[in-house]
Amino acid sequence: MLKVAVLYPDLLGTYGDGGNAAVLAGRARARGIDLEVEEVTIGAKIPSASLYLLGGGEDGPQRLACDLLSEGGLIDRFNEGANVFAVCAGLQILGTSFSIEGDASYPGLGFVAATTTRGLSRSVGDFVTDVQGRMMVGFENHGGVTVLGEGVSALGDVVMGRGNDGRVDGFRAPRLIATYAHGPVLAQNPWLADELLSEITGQELAPWSSVADRLYSERCALLSTRRSDAGHIGG
Amino acid sequence: MAVMTLRLSWRARVAMGGVVATNLLSRLLGRGSGTVVGGRVGLFIEPKLLTVLSRSRSVVLVSGTNGKTTTSAMLRVGWGGDVAGNVTGANMTEGHVAALCASSAAHAVLETDEGWLPIVVSATSPAVVVLLNLSRDQLDRANEVRQMAQRWRDCLAPEKFLGVVVANCADPLVVYAAESSTNVRWVQVPTVWRADAASCPHCTRALIFEGSSWSCECGFAQPTRVTARLGSVLEIGEQSYALNLALPGVFNEVNTALAATALYELGENVADVLSRIRTLDSVQGRYGLRRYGHREVRLLLAKNPAGTAALLESLDGDDDVWVAINAQVADGKDPSWLYDVPVEALRGRRISCLGERRVDLATRLTYAGVDSEVVDDFELLREGTARVTLIANYTAFRDWMGRTSPC
Ligand SMILES: [Zn+2]
Repeated sequence: MLKVAVLYPDLLGTYGDGGNAAVLAGRARARGIDLEVEEVTIGAKIPSASLYLLGGGEDGPQRLACDLLSEGGLIDRFNEGANVFAVCAGLQILGTSFSIEGDASYPGLGFVAATTTRGLSRSVGDFVTDVQGRMMVGFENHGGVTVLGEGVSALGDVVMGRGNDGRVDGFRAPRLIATYAHGPVLAQNPWLADELLSEITGQELAPWSSVADRLYSERCALLSTRRSDAGHIGG
Repeated sequence: MAVMTLRLSWRARVAMGGVVATNLLSRLLGRGSGTVVGGRVGLFIEPKLLTVLSRSRSVVLVSGTNGKTTTSAMLRVGWGGDVAGNVTGANMTEGHVAALCASSAAHAVLETDEGWLPIVVSATSPAVVVLLNLSRDQLDRANEVRQMAQRWRDCLAPEKFLGVVVANCADPLVVYAAESSTNVRWVQVPTVWRADAASCPHCTRALIFEGSSWSCECGFAQPTRVTARLGSVLEIGEQSYALNLALPGVFNEVNTALAATALYELGENVADVLSRIRTLDSVQGRYGLRRYGHREVRLLLAKNPAGTAALLESLDGDDDVWVAINAQVADGKDPSWLYDVPVEALRGRRISCLGERRVDLATRLTYAGVDSEVVDDFELLREGTARVTLIANYTAFRDWMGRTSPC
């Protein structure tokens, strides 16, 4: 059976990102795919899983989560073939370093070359990224500025909001996606949820329509009008 | 009325006049109750107006993420007689100033926004500060919850505050905030919401929850020397009391326990206090029955995951359930908190989804395996016979107060 592990929702669950697991489970169930969700809380061992989910969190808990993920060997699981999907603080943890609580830099897990420093202001609001021609809608709430190293691909181009730096959002590598989008992002973007699900099952998914499709199209319609009302926002 | 002889400077008198005049004008112009505007004018004329108005009164402050308005109402009713208070829910300094200008009562109960608590403690020198709980609320505009606990802790330390703190000791973040005070009365109550206090506020290790208590390896633990304890009855001091409230839910029993303990500290007779609190059957439209077309509707306010989880536990089995979710500034612009609510408790019901973010809500319910319907035209809901429980967040609640009428 497929397993999705939600890593430390007690530390990285401040912004409803635990919902991403509920979305994957719901969409799998609708296709008759057996998928188990395991919440890995502080003190528990990181289990073997097809996909690991990381969410957003506050500064202190973010550092603790980073330590636990490092001790728990998340990178080994990834190197052995597991997928990782990370949001916000989770994204920052996967990079080479991040600054929180003042300007002291803290080493990340180093999945990709990406450094996060504290920006001058916090970005809070609706957030849209163009992911290879597809709109990814969500909500962002963070104060970080993330710079990608040579050869690291962004997830997409920012259309509204900040993402990494006002131009691009997140990063993407084989079996790895990271974004600043909350919402939770997989609830707001059913196509992205299916893309992930398809990757971990290794199969084409049967189409399944639900009210989530209406949510996605309404959010896209609304945010695209707001964007043209406000002139050019973002990158 | 003239309970109090205020010695006021000319400036404070002019400032008070400003508050009253502005509020009157604002009401005449039909711009709401005007409390905030009036308070703002008064504070402009006399920045220390809140301090001046609090002098020679016995003030109780109530703060926390959930239950502030209800607990404040319980304190006012439970205290008995004439009690000043910000009954319109304007819970920052301007609202407090307006409330104290409007009443000369010797007793005042002020519902206080969590972020404003340090300023209001310093301005009013309250006799008692009641701390209910701390959990995530409207994260896109509020401070993160641990930072809030730290700010409370700082403002309750003996260098800054010498009054009594009445605190919910089941909530680790509240305990962290209150333990800086040398004058705490702990109230032990049942609690279900712990998601925001999983790691120790002192050392970030995982807190260990065992039965009804919690502790950390570093020594931080649930206080055991309690003044009051809520189980099947409420024990305060040496006595036990049955609650038998008109308001629903365990969370309202918890609010009562904290309110009654505060009044006990102020020397009131607990049995009398409780008999007065039992008369409360609605607070600012909440819990009371209202009418929408042919339907009887019980309106409940749910602003955040902890509050909503508590409401879901108290649902009446036979009611139709409508849920209305908006995402205005006052609600928090991001409705993703819906994924932190254990909506699985609604399985087996069919939920009518209302409000601007009804499609977000229906999506959330779908993934939780709860049957739901997006209602685009709420006029259609007027027909029907079953009684309705309507759970709404802040601005949606206000909308539905407007659409329904008193029974
Ligand atoms: Zn500790």
